[in-house]
Amino acid sequence: MDFSHPEDRQMLADTLGRYLADKYTFEDRARIAGSTQGWCREQWSSLAQLGIMGALFSEEAGGYCGGAFDIAVVFEQVGKTLAVEPLLGTLMAGHALEHAGNEHALIAEAIAGNAVLAFAFQEAASRYAPHLCDCAAKQAGEGWTITGAKAVTPQIEAADHIVVLARTASSPDAQGAAHSLFLVAADQAGVAINGYPMIDGGRGGELALNNANARLVGNRGDGLALAERAIAIGTLALSWEAIGVMDTIKVQTLEFLRTRTQFSVPIGKFQALQHRMATLALEIEQARSAAINAAAALEAERHTRERAVSAAKFTIGQVGTLVAEEAIQLHGGIGMTWELPLSHYAKRLLMIGHQLGDEDYHLERFMAFSAAETSVETQAGAPA
Amino acid sequence: MDLDFSDEELEFQSEVQSFLHANLPKRLSDKVKARLRLTKQDHEEWHAILADRGWLATHWPPEWGGTGWSVAQRFIFDVECATAHAPEIIPFGLKMLGPVLIRYGTEEQKRHWLPRILDGTDWWCQGFSEPGAGSDLASLRCAAVREGDEYIVNGQKTWTTFGQHADVIFCLVRTDSSGKKQQGISFLLIDMKSPGVELRPIRLLDGEHEVNEIFFTDVRVPAANLVGEEDHGWTYAKYLLTLERTGIAGVGQAIAGFRALQEIVQDQRDGHQPLAQNPLFATRMARLEIDLENMKTTNLRALCAAGKGDGPVAESSMLKIRGTEIRQEITSLARRALGPYAQPFVSEALDEGFNNEPIGPGYAAPITADYLNNRKLSIYGGSNEIQREIIVKAILEL
Ligand SMILES: Cc1cc2nc3c(=O)[nH]c(=O)nc-3n(C[C@H](O)[C@H](O)[C@H](O)COP(=O)(O)OP(=O)(O)OC[C@H]3O[C@@H](n4cnc5c(N)ncnc54)[C@H](O)[C@@H]3O)c2cc1C
Repeated sequence: MDFSHPEDRQMLADTLGRYLADKYTFEDRARIAGSTQGWCREQWSSLAQLGIMGALFSEEAGGYCGGAFDIAVVFEQVGKTLAVEPLLGTLMAGHALEHAGNEHALIAEAIAGNAVLAFAFQEAASRYAPHLCDCAAKQAGEGWTITGAKAVTPQIEAADHIVVLARTASSPDAQGAAHSLFLVAADQAGVAINGYPMIDGGRGGELALNNANARLVGNRGDGLALAERAIAIGTLALSWEAIGVMDTIKVQTLEFLRTRTQFSVPIGKFQALQHRMATLALEIEQARSAAINAAAALEAERHTRERAVSAAKFTIGQVGTLVAEEAIQLHGGIGMTWELPLSHYAKRLLMIGHQLGDEDYHLERFMAFSAAETSVETQAGAPA
Repeated sequence: MDLDFSDEELEFQSEVQSFLHANLPKRLSDKVKARLRLTKQDHEEWHAILADRGWLATHWPPEWGGTGWSVAQRFIFDVECATAHAPEIIPFGLKMLGPVLIRYGTEEQKRHWLPRILDGTDWWCQGFSEPGAGSDLASLRCAAVREGDEYIVNGQKTWTTFGQHADVIFCLVRTDSSGKKQQGISFLLIDMKSPGVELRPIRLLDGEHEVNEIFFTDVRVPAANLVGEEDHGWTYAKYLLTLERTGIAGVGQAIAGFRALQEIVQDQRDGHQPLAQNPLFATRMARLEIDLENMKTTNLRALCAAGKGDGPVAESSMLKIRGTEIRQEITSLARRALGPYAQPFVSEALDEGFNNEPIGPGYAAPITADYLNNRKLSIYGGSNEIQREIIVKAILEL
C-alpha cells in the first residue's frame, strides 16, 4: 500500500501548482472570473502548452496520462487557485468522446488548446438526474438534429463543441435505452446560448437547441451509460477541486486563528474555537479519503465505481458546506468581505455542492446502489 | 398554562392584518417578497406609513410616541408584518438608540432626538465595532477628548451597517484609558456631516455595499451629545446589545421565511414529484419546522418572563443563537432546493424594474446571495460564540 504519487505525477502537480501560483494569482483570478468572458484564452493556451489538458487523457486519445489520479492532482491545483478555465467541460466531454471511441481528432484539438468542449446533460426540470432528459434527437439523412434545452452548463459560452445528451426513443427499448450522446458544433444557426455570471465566478449558460445539427457519439442507445461515466469523471474532478479549496481554506483559517487577537490573546487560544478547527481538520481528511476512494474505483466495474463516486460527492457536499460556513464564522466580520480571498474559496466550495449532484442526491444514489447489490435483479435494480 | 392569544389579542391581530392590507404598498411587499434590493427611500416610505398610524416605535412608551404594546402584541405585529412582506423596520434609531435615550438620556435629548427618529429626519447608524474591537468590544480605542463644551474625536469604526444612508451615528468612544477597559467608555452621538468624518464602503461576499468603515479625524462634537454620564457608556451599550440580540433572533422573519421556503419546495421538482416529497429533503424541512415551532414558544416564554421589560440578558442570548441558526437554515434549504440554479447570479435582477427573462425559476435570482449574506446573522450583534459565553457565565455559572 502506498498513498504517495509516482514521480511523474508529482511533477505534473508541481508544474501546474507553480504555474498557477505565478501566473494565475488571486488578482488575475478575480479579474478573469468577473470578466465578460468569464475565462481567459491566453491562460487556456498556456495550460495547453504546459501539457495540462494532455494529462487529462490517455495515450490512445492523444494525451499522456488520463488516469483517475492524474485528473485528481490537476483539479486539486485548480481548487487551490480557484481557476475558472473551462477544464471541467473539456474533461467530461473529452472522456465521453474517448470512451465512445470516435472523434479522436477533436480530443487532440482540445489537448492542443485549440478547442474548448462542454458537456450538457442537465435540464431545467431534471435537477441533477441525467435520465430525466427531454431533449429530443431526430434522424435527418446521414446525421441527426436535436431540439430542446439544457440548463446551467459551466463555461458553455467558451465551448466550440458541446456534447449533448438527448432522447432517441420516446420510451426505453428492450435494453432500457432511450438516450444517446451527440456532438454539436456551437457555431451554427440552431444553437443559442443565454450566458450569465455564476455566483462563485466564471460563467455558465442555458443552451437552446432548435433543429441543431448533431453527430452521434458512440452507439445509439448508449447515451446514459456514456453520460454516467463522464459524470463520474467530472464528479471525481470536482471532488478533488474541493479538496484543493478546503486545504487552502484550512491554511487561511489557521493563520487567522493564530494572528487575530481579541481579549488580548490570539483567538486560536480559545478552546471553543480549537475544537471547531480540529473538527474541520478531521472532516477534511475524511473528504480526502473519500476522494481517494473514488479515484481508486474509477476503473472498476460500474457498481463499485458509482458507489465510490457517490460516496465521495456526498462527503464533499456535506464537509464542504461545513468547512465553508465554519471558516466564515471563525473569521468573524472579515470573513464576510469580498476583499478577503477566503470568501471566494467558501463560495466556490458551496457551489461545487450544486454541480453534478448535491449531498442528498448522492446519498440517495448510494443507497439505491446498495439496495441493488442485495437484490436479485442487480442490473434492473441499479438506478438509471 | 395557556398558549392561546386572548380575545383582545386576536382582535388586535385582525386590526394589524387589515391595516397591512390597506396600507402596505404592493410595490414594497412585492419587492420584499421577491427579495429585491430595497432603497433608502423604500425604507423611509414604510417608516412614514407606520409613523402615521403611530405604530413605528413598538419598543417605546406612549408618552414618547411609542405604542406601549404588550409582549404578545409586539410578537403579533412582528409576525404579521413579516408574513405580509413588509420591509423590516431599520432598528438603529427605533430599536436601539430610542430605548437607550428613553432610559438614560436627558429630557432635552429625548425631546430633540426622539421625534426626529419618528418623523424620519435622522437615519441612525451604529458605531460600536472597530478593527481591533469586535468580540472584545470593550477594548475599543476610538478616542474622545473633552475640550470646553466639545469632544474632539479621533479613531475608526467599522462594519457600520447602512452608514452610507446615515445622518447621525451613535458611537462608543474611549474617554479614559487608565482603568479597566469597560470603564472609560462613553456613549456619544455624532453628526455624520461633521468635518473630519470620512466613510469608505466595504463590499460583502455577495457583492453588496451594506457596511462601511468610518474614520474620525479631529471631529468636533457638542458635549450635549453625550448620553448619560461620561465613562459609563458600557452600561448603556450592554442594555442596547440585549435589545439588538432579541431583534436579530427575528422570529417573525423566520416564520415568513419558512413559508416562502415551503412554496419553493412545492414548486421545485424531484423527478416526477415535488421536492417536498423527496424523503431526504422532507426530513430537512421537518427538522427545521419542529425547531421553529419550539423556538416560537421559547421566544414567547422568554418575553413573558421578562414581563413588560425588554428580555433578560442570558435568555436573549439563547434566542439570538437559535433564531439565527434557524434563519440561516431556511436560507440554506432554499439554496439547496434550487439545485443547479443556485449557481447563476445576475446581480441586476435584484433591482426593481429588471425585466429580462429570469434564469431558472422566477424566485431563484436572490436566493444564494441571500444565503451568503445571512452568514452575518451568527457573527454580528455579538457572535454566537460570544452568546454562548454569556450563557455559560450568566445562566450556567460555570
Ligand atoms: C454584515 C455585518 C454588519 C455589521 N453591522 C455592524 C454595525 O452596524 N455596527 C457595529 O458596530 N458593528 C457591526 N458589525 C460588527 C459585528 O458586531 C462584529 O463583526 C462582531 O462583533 C464580531 O467581531 P469581529 O468581526 O471583529 O470578529 P472577532 O471578534 O475577531 O471574532 C472572530 C472569531 O472569533 C470568535 N471569538 C472571539 N472571541 C471569542 C471567545 N472569547 N470565545 C470564543 N470565540 C471567540 C468569534 O465568535 C468569531 O468566530 C457588523 C458585522 C457584519 C458582518
